[in-house]
Amino acid sequence: MPTVTYTQPNGTQQTLQVEEGTTLMRAAVSNGIDGIIGECGGQAMCATCHVYVRPQYAQALPEISDDEDEMLDCATAERMDSSRLGCQIKIDAELSGIVVDIPAGQL
Amino acid sequence: MSVVIIGGGQAGLQVADTLRTEGYGGEIHVIAEESGLPYQRPPLSKDYLAPGRAPAPLPLRGASFFVDKNITLHEGAQALAIDRAERKVRLTDGSLGYDHLVFATGARNRVLNCPGASLAGIHGLKTLTDAEALHTALPTARNIVIIGAGFIGLEFAAAALAHGCDVTVLEFAPRPMGRALTPVMGEWFAAAHRSQGVDLRLGEGIDRFEPGADGRVGAAVSTTGASYPADLVLVGIGVQPNDTLASDAGLETSNGVVVDETLRTADPAVLAIGDCASFPSAHAQVRLRLESVQNATDQARHAARTVLGANHPYTELPWFWSTQGPYRLQMAGLARPDDDTLVLGDQAAAKFSVLCFRDGVLTAVESVNAPADHMAARKLLAAGTGITRDQAETEGFTLKAAASTPLVPVVA
Ligand SMILES: Cc1cc2nc3c(=O)[nH]c(=O)nc-3n(C[C@H](O)[C@H](O)[C@H](O)COP(=O)(O)OP(=O)(O)OC[C@H]3O[C@@H](n4cnc5c(N)ncnc54)[C@H](O)[C@@H]3O)c2cc1C
Ligand code: FES
Repeated sequence: MPTVTYTQPNGTQQTLQVEEGTTLMRAAVSNGIDGIIGECGGQAMCATCHVYVRPQYAQALPEISDDEDEMLDCATAERMDSSRLGCQIKIDAELSGIVVDIPAGQL
Repeated sequence: MSVVIIGGGQAGLQVADTLRTEGYGGEIHVIAEESGLPYQRPPLSKDYLAPGRAPAPLPLRGASFFVDKNITLHEGAQALAIDRAERKVRLTDGSLGYDHLVFATGARNRVLNCPGASLAGIHGLKTLTDAEALHTALPTARNIVIIGAGFIGLEFAAAALAHGCDVTVLEFAPRPMGRALTPVMGEWFAAAHRSQGVDLRLGEGIDRFEPGADGRVGAAVSTTGASYPADLVLVGIGVQPNDTLASDAGLETSNGVVVDETLRTADPAVLAIGDCASFPSAHAQVRLRLESVQNATDQARHAARTVLGANHPYTELPWFWSTQGPYRLQMAGLARPDDDTLVLGDQAAAKFSVLCFRDGVLTAVESVNAPADHMAARKLLAAGTGITRDQAETEGFTLKAAASTPLVPVVA
């Protein structure tokens, strides 16, 4: 199974094994990873699943849709080049080992 | 010290979470009559119904949450009665004392009682069990009739089209989603769903269902006498708040458990939030009950703080979304059918917003496939920035630009 590592703002890391096709948001919410809320259930409507993806994984990410792009502009924590909505990223073999940073706030 | 929360839905779990996160040291009990880990409802009428293997339900919180936060989830238990004098809740499996009690009991689907309404093949959509039944039935369904062109009905219509079904929607009112949307937006959605292939019948209610040869539902006969073949029916005619437990306990109910602006009932130890609560809305200036994730979670956070000793009025801006096939609707504030409206953007390209003005000031914004407008509107409306119609009509005006200039609140 692919793995995902979530990094909290204080630097602590948790690594999960996730079934292929699971989103970064779903894996986090299902496993009690703090700081990823997913209030709209993965519809790209709430921006409470904002994460920063470490640059070495950027190549393997799906493209940002217009909707995701507009929502990210309004996320609570500052948008950076590495910003993505966790609900729009499905983990597959290619993304296995991905490391993301969780912003300090989502609301 | 103990807080007992009745209902393990969106509101119930959020109040438990906020209580613990913000320092509540007593016991926290969540009474959740549905079995299994509490889950999110919005995907049930959207992703969950897409063709293919059913996705697992999306939990509201993972199993570890309850352990980590020391929250007791009484899974599969129902609250049966409340003794307010003794501050006790009787459950299907025992009883619990409380210092604070929170009603987060949600709402149940309104049911049809026309002839034939209990035939097999007629569904509602509220719970995971309902969604599982629909997911199983959709791949072999051909002719689908939906009663009610509300959010659930139209989300389901889009899902049914994706399965290649013929879809008819009967709606008594002259416009879809008429209670929540402006006429201009309602009419746009009527045309949009028709262009996708939905046979949307407005001004036409359900009269009766007739069985087919197999004894299951075979046809839906409308109030005009027209008969529509149906092998699967979805009834989406709104909900009723689960408030009888409260009224049986002597609390006032009126389309929901009546609470004040701090979300307390007349008994200060008892609060109500989410789909089951009737509260004085700071934005609408009237008492109302809302059915949305925003309302459930924001009221939950507020109620937790009330329990922790705060005494502030609840004033969060209402917002809502609905995904109907290719159309992503987002609403900020509460539109009224008689609001003065202005359309910004491109209706033909399905990317636009309807700005609603009351007494010349912006009060709500409805957006289709325009999240930047929606997020800007939320910011502007929450800050009470009094955008006027004249400002909005100025050449080059965008909500996003307005929201990124320094905000000047007109109402405190
Ligand atoms: C199919 C569907 C799609 C939706 N889509 C959207 C959407 O796109 N956007 C949006 O904003 N909102 C949407 N909603 C609405 C949103 O899900 C609700 O507003 C929200 O879940 C309300 O939360 P709640 O906690 O008040 O109620 P609920 O989540 O309904 O939870 C209440 C719980 O209390 C339990 N309960 C009741 N009485 C008792 C008792 N006596 N003892 C124990 N347990 C009890 C109920 O069984 C239920 O599990 C949708 C709803 C549905 C059904
Ligand atoms: S879960 Fe809401 S935007 Fe990702």
